[in-house]
Amino acid sequence: MQKLERNALDREVPVEINGAPAVPYKGIGAHKPGGRRAAPLVATCADYPADGNKVVGSLRVALEKAGLRDGMTISTHHHFRNGDLVANTIFDAAADMGVKDLRWAPSASFPCHAPNIRHLESGVIHHIEGSMNGPLGDYTSEGKMRGMAVLRSHGGRYQAIQDGEVHVDIAVIAAPESDGFGNCNGLHGPSACGGLGFALADSEYADRVIVVTDNLVPFPCVPWQIAGNRVDSVVVVDKIGDPEKIVSGTTQITRSPDRLLIAEMVAKFMDAAGIVKDGFSFQAGAGGTALAFAMYLKEMMKQRGIRARFIRGGSTKHLVEMLEEGLTDYILDGQTFDLFGVRSMGENPRHVNTTPFTSYNYHGKGNFASMVDAVVLGATEVDVDFNANVVTHSDGRLLHGIGGWQNCLFSKCTILALPAYRDRIPVIVDSVTTLCGPGELIDVIVTERGIAINPRRQDLRDAVKGRGLPVREIREIQQDVDRLCGGKPSKAKTGERVVAAIKWVDGTVIDSVRQVLA
Amino acid sequence: MARAAEAGRRGSEIRSDCWVRVAPAESGGLGISVKSKVEAMYGEAIRAQVLSGLESLGVERAEVVVEDAGALPFILMARVEAAARRAYGSDLKGAWLPEMAPGTRRPTQRDRFRRSRLYLPGNEPKFMLNAGLHGPDGVILDLEDSVAPSEKDAARIMVRNALRSIDFLDAERMVRINQGQLGLEDLDAVIPENVHVVLIPKCESPETVREIDARIARILGGRGEPVLLMPIIESGLGILRALEIAAASPNVVALTIGLEDYTADIGAPRTLEGRESFFARSMIVAAARAAGVAPIDTVFSDVADADGLRASVIEAKGLGFEGKGCIHPNQIRVIHEAFAPAPDEIAKATRIVRAFEEAQTKGLAVVSLGSKMIDPPVVKRAQRTVEMAIRSGRLSAEWRTAAA
Repeated sequence: MQKLERNALDREVPVEINGAPAVPYKGIGAHKPGGRRAAPLVATCADYPADGNKVVGSLRVALEKAGLRDGMTISTHHHFRNGDLVANTIFDAAADMGVKDLRWAPSASFPCHAPNIRHLESGVIHHIEGSMNGPLGDYTSEGKMRGMAVLRSHGGRYQAIQDGEVHVDIAVIAAPESDGFGNCNGLHGPSACGGLGFALADSEYADRVIVVTDNLVPFPCVPWQIAGNRVDSVVVVDKIGDPEKIVSGTTQITRSPDRLLIAEMVAKFMDAAGIVKDGFSFQAGAGGTALAFAMYLKEMMKQRGIRARFIRGGSTKHLVEMLEEGLTDYILDGQTFDLFGVRSMGENPRHVNTTPFTSYNYHGKGNFASMVDAVVLGATEVDVDFNANVVTHSDGRLLHGIGGWQNCLFSKCTILALPAYRDRIPVIVDSVTTLCGPGELIDVIVTERGIAINPRRQDLRDAVKGRGLPVREIREIQQDVDRLCGGKPSKAKTGERVVAAIKWVDGTVIDSVRQVLA
Repeated sequence: MARAAEAGRRGSEIRSDCWVRVAPAESGGLGISVKSKVEAMYGEAIRAQVLSGLESLGVERAEVVVEDAGALPFILMARVEAAARRAYGSDLKGAWLPEMAPGTRRPTQRDRFRRSRLYLPGNEPKFMLNAGLHGPDGVILDLEDSVAPSEKDAARIMVRNALRSIDFLDAERMVRINQGQLGLEDLDAVIPENVHVVLIPKCESPETVREIDARIARILGGRGEPVLLMPIIESGLGILRALEIAAASPNVVALTIGLEDYTADIGAPRTLEGRESFFARSMIVAAARAAGVAPIDTVFSDVADADGLRASVIEAKGLGFEGKGCIHPNQIRVIHEAFAPAPDEIAKATRIVRAFEEAQTKGLAVVSLGSKMIDPPVVKRAQRTVEMAIRSGRLSAEWRTAAA
């Protein structure tokens, strides 16, 4: 029987996750664990070749050297997105070695990782701590995974590793360019992906670090986004990623008229709220609506001669153009979404590689996320108290990771850009299926049927008054959509068993996901 | 004789629609099986709705299968009704109408702007849902060329339900009916649902206009506002009779042209430059003006070419047209911007309107600006320019009190 408690948001959450104690969410900024951070093993140069050549014959040899055994935690990063060819081979090798009950801690998983379902079935992998989508999301949602999944934000993952909540035994870092010493980066080579920020915590805190590359260069590999001094061994393989799936050649702006309408309203709102001015900053992702928003903003900035101080990536061609046209001083980039971003990060000193430590980690001495003037995010659902869901759909199934979403909520103005309904599914609900972000951090909801401003932000309400924007109360928009959809939607029927825990940025448990009943 | 029939669409790429099969049975009651993408949220609601709908249509014994990809209730209702009508033909009694939703009873105005009119295929409900949010001056629920011959019956039911269910906001509610007898039957289905304007396709004679006008009057039976008419001229004969057509009924408010059919009719390829249709378009403008109605241009069909569209609107405006058809919401803004008056036009128009209003307050019969006399038609045009400037956001609604 799972032990559950109600947290500060009145959500039932587990107080024990896979045998370790867990702290229920207490409120924003309320949990201060104190103590000291985790620390990696003390290594000695005596154990490593003086000529710096750490190349070993195969991934299996590297795993054996790292002492892989039952019950260990293996981590991977997701900079190759759906084009990753490395993570699956780790567990193939582990299966060949007869190892069982591993915990896989990816920074995110993608549909390309569906083959690992057979390793979950056979017992090689015990459970996954990372984002779940596609087939892995269904597998977990249906209660087929033995352990409990744990979903964390990018910042939360750094925090968990740093705080010792997740101890990584072996980190496997796929690197587009590396030397034999293990200095590596994501900038060059056939599988170039830009930065390697999501692997930073793993390289710093894991007991053993294995770099896998398909592009070995003579020492020194410059720049070393990951320092070889932290790396145990280097494995060279034919291909670590599928370039077409790592980054797209071109990033398409949506042509959907409804999404364009939403994107334009976001830009107009930011302008009316007085956010768009010299020296401001913003963050928008690579989704179609976010890209379209950036285009509207760009036009606005050009017309008025406004220059931003920095833009937070994921970068795309469109953000790179803004940098190159002088519309921003810097791009502070967490991941690059297209080839233009990769090129720019490699060439332009003002296109800066950032990490979850600098951008998002809540257990640091500040982070960048709270310094951003406005952020534009998506969500699957939002409720009338502005709480939002980003991991499950209304049918209760896990469909997305948290990504940087929770971390970005700390921006000075957090805007969710959403369609008011998808097919027949209302997006504004009485209570979200899974609460991933507290309403007190979510300021504005922009839909094609109007803009709802959180009553906690009277300043924003006052600022945009009389500016011709379709500002409405969130319940009014909800009523419109409920009527269109034929009444309020029923809640998905779920089982008792908790299949996934949703962590807040400070490591506490903000909500849980129950097994769906087929 | 009743036979199994289906309606709607299914498949992995279908969204916001559904597929329904109704198989009449000799005995037993109603068997309803539903497979829905929104089962968790609306599965029970769908079953209850289908059951009550079949009952109100008088269907008592049948096996009904629904495959739903998130269809809104009015869409589901239209698909169930279409399948049932196909299954039972004229034996089907009763009706299953959605409630009139808020915002569906708005009136229109005869002399309103008709700069943009957005065509919406009558059997594609998902494009209709948010059409009004994009701000076209009119939406056209199309029963004619965008609907396959085999789907005319289903589209008619869908359009009727859409008119009852969707708030198109400030857009005028237009329906393009079919030609001939089918079109007259279209009227029976849609006219009771607050249609503002009926578009008459391939119109070649004033008799057609009068026949449709009379049919509408009969359906309305003296209730409500008259339905306005916009004939579409699409042939050489129609062009040569354009004035008669425009003047055929006081309910005609605009005259427009369909160039694909027109160029086919006269045996000329349609070119971007459009020399082959210059005469016809000018004829439309002259005939419309002569009859005191608005000349409206054809659609611009390359959705991706915003610059081409802008140039085409500017050219149309230069010929005297007041509106343009569109087939994608992204075209609406381009059209409105291109029709918006230029700053010097606005400045001149506000001077004229100001002079006219001053003359009125002083009780003067003659309006003059400086040393020039201003004729009434010039005043009227200036008033319209001012109104359009306000609507296009190029002039404050309080321009009279704002600093000159």
